[in-house]
Amino acid sequence: MIRALNILNKINKEQRVTEITEVPSPFCGIGTDDLTIQVDGLSLKVSENGCAVNTPAFEQAITDTSARVDGKEVDLEVAVARAAELLRASNQPVIGGCATDVNGMRGVMALADHCGAVVDNMNFTAARRNFLALQDTGWMNTTLAEIKNRCDLLLIVGVDLEGFAPRFFERYLWNKESMFLEDTSRREIVYIGKAPSAEASTSPAGVKAKVLPCDDQDLPEVMAVLRALVKGKKTVAENICGIALSDLQAVAEQLKAAKYSVVTWAAGALNFDQAELTVQMLSEMVKDINTMDTRSSGFPLGGKEGDQTANQVCGWTSAFPARARFSSGFPEYDPFLYDSSAMLANGEADILVWVQAFNAAFVPQKTDKPTIVVARSGMVFAKEPDVFIPVGTPGIDHAGHAYRLDNVVAIRLKKCRDSGLPSTAEVLNAIEQAL
Amino acid sequence: MLIKLTGGTVYDPASGIDGQVQTLYVQDGRFVKPPAEGVKIDKEYDLKDKVVMSGAIDMHTHIGGGKGNIARMLIPEDHRKDPVHRSDITRSGCGHAMPSTFTTGYRYAEMGYTAGFEPALLPINARQAHMEMADIPILDKGGYVMLGSDDYLLRMLTAKKDQKAINDYVAWTMNAAKAIGVKVVNPGGINAFKFNQRQLDLDEKNSHYQVTPREILQVLATAVKEIGVKHPLHVHGCNLGVPGNVETTLNTMQGIGGLPMHLTHIQFHSYGTEGDFKFSSGGAAIAEAINKHKNITADVGQILFGQTITASGDNMRQHANHGFANPNKWVCMDIECDAGCGVVPFKYRDQNFVNALQWAIGLEIFLLVDDPWRIFLTTDHPNGAPFTTYPHLIRLLMDKSFRNDMLATIHPEAQKMTTLASIDREYSLQEIAILTRAGAAKLVGLEDRGSLAEGAWADITVYTEDADREKMFEKPDYVFKDGELVVVDGKVVHTKWGTTHIVRPDWDISVEKDLQKYFDRFMTMKVGNFKISDDEITEDGRGSLTVHGLNHVT
Ligand SMILES: [Zn+2]
Repeated sequence: MIRALNILNKINKEQRVTEITEVPSPFCGIGTDDLTIQVDGLSLKVSENGCAVNTPAFEQAITDTSARVDGKEVDLEVAVARAAELLRASNQPVIGGCATDVNGMRGVMALADHCGAVVDNMNFTAARRNFLALQDTGWMNTTLAEIKNRCDLLLIVGVDLEGFAPRFFERYLWNKESMFLEDTSRREIVYIGKAPSAEASTSPAGVKAKVLPCDDQDLPEVMAVLRALVKGKKTVAENICGIALSDLQAVAEQLKAAKYSVVTWAAGALNFDQAELTVQMLSEMVKDINTMDTRSSGFPLGGKEGDQTANQVCGWTSAFPARARFSSGFPEYDPFLYDSSAMLANGEADILVWVQAFNAAFVPQKTDKPTIVVARSGMVFAKEPDVFIPVGTPGIDHAGHAYRLDNVVAIRLKKCRDSGLPSTAEVLNAIEQAL
Repeated sequence: MLIKLTGGTVYDPASGIDGQVQTLYVQDGRFVKPPAEGVKIDKEYDLKDKVVMSGAIDMHTHIGGGKGNIARMLIPEDHRKDPVHRSDITRSGCGHAMPSTFTTGYRYAEMGYTAGFEPALLPINARQAHMEMADIPILDKGGYVMLGSDDYLLRMLTAKKDQKAINDYVAWTMNAAKAIGVKVVNPGGINAFKFNQRQLDLDEKNSHYQVTPREILQVLATAVKEIGVKHPLHVHGCNLGVPGNVETTLNTMQGIGGLPMHLTHIQFHSYGTEGDFKFSSGGAAIAEAINKHKNITADVGQILFGQTITASGDNMRQHANHGFANPNKWVCMDIECDAGCGVVPFKYRDQNFVNALQWAIGLEIFLLVDDPWRIFLTTDHPNGAPFTTYPHLIRLLMDKSFRNDMLATIHPEAQKMTTLASIDREYSLQEIAILTRAGAAKLVGLEDRGSLAEGAWADITVYTEDADREKMFEKPDYVFKDGELVVVDGKVVHTKWGTTHIVRPDWDISVEKDLQKYFDRFMTMKVGNFKISDDEITEDGRGSLTVHGLNHVT
């Protein structure tokens, strides 16, 4: 692939602008890999199949090319040495963000193991709602291609799906052809909780989604009643948090009548206490439906800021999800205690390493502790970190791998330009070597 | 560096050497001829009275891929019982049922294993399997790509595509997924589950495609043979775990008409329906059938008592068995019009009648199959037990009185339902070397591995003779990988990276035209992005690919 790209580069030398097709995106989480990108030196332009998430993420210009220590530009080696020095002096480092590709995350794990750090993905507090449900009772889930070809009813709980992933409906619901549905435009879409922000969920035939709105914090009650109705339990209330019982009953009937219903939620959008119980309620309801002579699957939305990648790599190297501590010399997992933000705030951690190779907008939290930032070029700080090392973006500046939201598919990221920026892995490995 | 291994008692079935005292020489990672007089020996190991075998090869172990990582995520409480400290040369991790990748490599090496093969490489998840295996140190690795429930193949069968087209698709997929073999799991059943079928017998039709498991087995076994892949079609049959499935399994063997076929974790497919509990041993019938059908090989998938976690592509059967989850949590997934998976924690108990009889059935099969070149030592890690139980399993095979002592402790009704006590066979060291080395290398199709002959790669395990075979096999004196000393006295002293074993069968370029259309219409990625490139394995500077030869294709 890289070889092919080089050839393409050569061919286009005179023309200056190179076009790369079938570019996969690590930004939107749904693994779109049909982008066309025009490369003109270091500047990129998404010329086909962009969206509100991917286009700005690809097109963001490189501003920082040099590492800094205490705000002064230095050679990479100097910054690496200073980072190692700070880590050696630390008793309990935390590595936050953890938003990078597979190799970058391998670098995070090796560094954490070496210096006894806490590894904590920036989306973990949201993802914890899923992990707690998974580790308590489990679930039955599905992946994008099954949705695209099989899903005849999509129940969206508590999330504005098109706001989350602008091309989700276009790519996976309103696809013209599917293997097992005669007419994809007849798929049923139901929202419970948040209403859609625009019209992406309206079918090509013009049928609008059914929307049963309620407040986020009412979702536990609404979903509990829905599960009860699915199981045929009698309910006396006529109105559940603003939703008529008969409307919920109708959804229960739809779920049982569908051949392959999918229930989707975004842990990050379930922003209320004990939301893991709602995830569990949904997941158990899906299991129930599978005992009623039909099929149903759950589908957690995520995959942004490298969260699936972080959990997968941390998973195979440590056996735990990406909130683990290595200061005892072995991995320990606690989804609550090893929250890096809390550890920094209450003085349990004494240095922050912030890794964010995808998104310059996600800056490290404010802290009076020393801070080492290994992040995408262009990050603007309220307070200059002790060490800042700009790195290439996976899928733009170097090849790599990233996980899609459905946790099964790792996409092969391409290198689109020659920026000379080091990769996250190169920088973290260098720091580990220097320890 | 020239290494001399002096005077060990050598068991090298690949070379026909059975317990002879020999001196071996290793240079640049491989065995070499004795050097000329006066050539300087850089390092000599005195192996007098030691047992020398090649490095062991696990031909079926779930060490890479999504379902294993789901298994890890599902049971943090199991990991907490077995934390693994980092050292100056090794990474930290967790052990027991589903260990982290680094720990997997160390613990295999510490038992004298130098290679492991992931049997369930879902095409769409193969990238992940290879990335996980890239983080397993010391071991060589490889995988069998899983087909048979993928909609593409089933569409081909419904459309009555010819065998040639299927061969091309199989070969293309092996290349795209970087595989060394082809596996089929509950043929068509994972797919049928997506259409709400809850069981699929050998001649039962998939309700959508009208295709039967028997047809799928036939075309895939034929494809594997015709494209020249040495590893026979690797089959996880229908009806896993179902009482009475022994008939299905016998029928599967009969029905394949002499084509090479490997039946995996056959213990789980050897159950009758006799007795008060309507559950009985089909071990003897299965062993007899294997003895008779020379085209058949099998690994056992022995269960051993204790906590483990089962992780299988067979989500139809895993869903059916979720009621046995212990602890009570489980995961099933439908995957990308390609396959599926089911992950169910399991605790096998010696006082549970069914578990106890499963234990006995596995041992019956081991002991009643005559030809050690056609039976393989596995627990289907982690499904029957974690791979760290192998030394115990070897003792059960080699030591009749120990075996009978264990038999006396299991559920009394299970004792009555097995012939195990009457079986006198004890495996010899040479036979163990066949099961775990020479036979496994031959079955997988590895050249220059699993042997101590000149020219072979120097993967070596050195043991101290001990009448307690469990003790002997759990703590080798030395393990060498590619000629480098990696383990001393059962502890890793040095780490390195193994290679990834693959084959590259040919295919007709036209197959990709159809695949591209299919991917564009129905899949969620471009076909070009689906294929795994060589540099994905090698670009980190640690991985490498070793391409093995094919059988001559006529
Ligand atoms: Zn298996």
